[in-house]
Amino acid sequence: MPEAAAVADPMVPVPYRVLRQRREIDGVHTLDFEPAEGRTPFRALPGQFNMVYAYGIGEAAISLSGDCDDTKTIRHTIRKVGAVTAGLCSLGKGDSVGIRGPFGRPWPLDEARGADIVVVAGGIGLAPLRPAIYGLLAKRERYGRIAVLYGSRSPEELLFLDELKRWRGRFDLEVEATVDHTTGGWFGQVGVVTALIDRAGFDPDNAVALICGPEIMMRFCARELEHRGMSPADIYVSMERNMACGVGHCGHCQFGPEFVCKDGPVFAYDRVEPIMTLREV
Amino acid sequence: MGAIVKKPRVLDAAALGELFEALKAAGHTLIGPVPRDGAIQYQPIDGVADLPAGWSDFQDKGRYRLNETGEASLFDYASAPQSWKRYLHPPRLKLFSARREKGRIRFDDEAEPIPKYAFIGVRACDLNAIAIQDRVFIGNGQIDPHYAARRERAFLVAVNCSRAGGTCFCTSMGTGPRAETGYDIALTELIDDRGHRFLLETGSDAGESIAAGLDAAAAAPEDIDAAAAISERVAGNMGRSLDTEGLPEILAKNLSHPHWDAVAERCLACSNCTMVCPSCFCTSVEDTTSLEDGTAERWRDWDSCFSGRFSYVVGGQVRDSTRSRYRQWLTHKLSYWHEQFGSSGCVGCGRCITWCPVGIDITEEAAAIRATDEA
Repeated sequence: MPEAAAVADPMVPVPYRVLRQRREIDGVHTLDFEPAEGRTPFRALPGQFNMVYAYGIGEAAISLSGDCDDTKTIRHTIRKVGAVTAGLCSLGKGDSVGIRGPFGRPWPLDEARGADIVVVAGGIGLAPLRPAIYGLLAKRERYGRIAVLYGSRSPEELLFLDELKRWRGRFDLEVEATVDHTTGGWFGQVGVVTALIDRAGFDPDNAVALICGPEIMMRFCARELEHRGMSPADIYVSMERNMACGVGHCGHCQFGPEFVCKDGPVFAYDRVEPIMTLREV
Repeated sequence: MGAIVKKPRVLDAAALGELFEALKAAGHTLIGPVPRDGAIQYQPIDGVADLPAGWSDFQDKGRYRLNETGEASLFDYASAPQSWKRYLHPPRLKLFSARREKGRIRFDDEAEPIPKYAFIGVRACDLNAIAIQDRVFIGNGQIDPHYAARRERAFLVAVNCSRAGGTCFCTSMGTGPRAETGYDIALTELIDDRGHRFLLETGSDAGESIAAGLDAAAAAPEDIDAAAAISERVAGNMGRSLDTEGLPEILAKNLSHPHWDAVAERCLACSNCTMVCPSCFCTSVEDTTSLEDGTAERWRDWDSCFSGRFSYVVGGQVRDSTRSRYRQWLTHKLSYWHEQFGSSGCVGCGRCITWCPVGIDITEEAAAIRATDEA
């Protein structure tokens, strides 16, 4: 049996402090954190997540949404959906939290070298993909064409709009956005995000797709990408389950044979397709 | 675990107390079988007098009865309701307390004294279950320090079964009835015209060093043969059997099988099976704050894939139906466990069958899906 002496408990968080927070859209806030003491660099990879602890309330699994090359601050974009996330969104500069992580397998940016990249995001799913987009742009010369396809329910719910506009101004990046429905004032595309895949510029034989959004959206996007000729092994999805411990000990995030917290959240689609198409797995 | 030394000895039943005293002298708290509240329970014991002398059990689907036999035997029962899991992986454990000081949180990872147990009477199935939990909590990339510290200090005295229970199927799972590995000392209780005694084998340096201090002579060939005959007889008397050939694959490709609906009609989703299972490891944490002084705590409790909020994600439960929860439990235990941890998650102890209030039998359900494997 391996020696266990002096092993730190992976369930005890490290104290962090809120550096700044901003409201992105209704109910979604971005918070930057720095260590409460010391300056240990925080090394994470795009697609990974932290367990963020709101004092006395509880913990939630939140994807990193910032630039992973910045090892001084941790950025999370959080949607208010329950007690913990509401607690976190109400914090301001100087407030304290606990953070455990980073956990999980990242987007395959190294493996995707030389390929065209198709990033498909639905709603808040753009947040876990943003670090990947930063990573791709930081080493732009490594990749072929890059397309970012983004869908949200309404124009008001488009996340990171300023950044989307900035990216859209680049000649080395294709950025398309669509909304499910609009109440006016939106002259962009209306419809589901899968419709954007058909027109995006990429070579299906040499492309890697990164998808994050609701499960049903990811399935339809994968199907559309397969229609265009992509292999399911080159399509990556980020799964959501009830990640609670982050280290494969608590059992909550099981998804067939996978522990989403440590075998995922990013999976090659060919690995999860058979169970993703069944209900209640 | 150290070198395995195989020099069987024989220990007179009257001298069993010496073994207990030696373990106590080495700083161990003895946990052993006690007849209490109508069941065998693994609880703190002082000595031989606490053991269930003359008690045996009857087990079947949803049934458990203790019977007085009037015999001298001390270990003539099958699986106790609760396994050793509750001592190595406690049902409720405080993980930290925290307080806010000058605007920052201080986490206090309280170093509570770690108990140093000696388990008396670990069956072969449960030795295998402990080995499984070692892989979950120690061999899985991240170490659970609470489990690891208890496990490291524990001394395991196995006692080979002298009787198979009505719901036992360790032979099907390759986990018994004879303790093969993972023990410090293994005993086989022998009662015949040569007297009431134990064949004593050591499985670790720690076991050998304790055994060396006992008044136990080298075993005679007759003692060794008698012990082997007992294990052979028990192996032939299993109350249940499970055909495991190709089972992981069969279950994994039958997730849409109609039989899951048939089980769900009976299953109460009460989670008894997962609580008594010696390998089930799932937990939930509860974060609390004191109204008195604002200190916060995190507690970890056993949880179950059958419980209401277990699979909660934003929007609801992933597994809302009882059908999907039973399917999760059975496929995890008998199929996906292989992929995750390199073995089945089932050791054939039969507890989930005995303690299911409606008598659902894991061996029958798996066999029913195999019999109508349509995929």
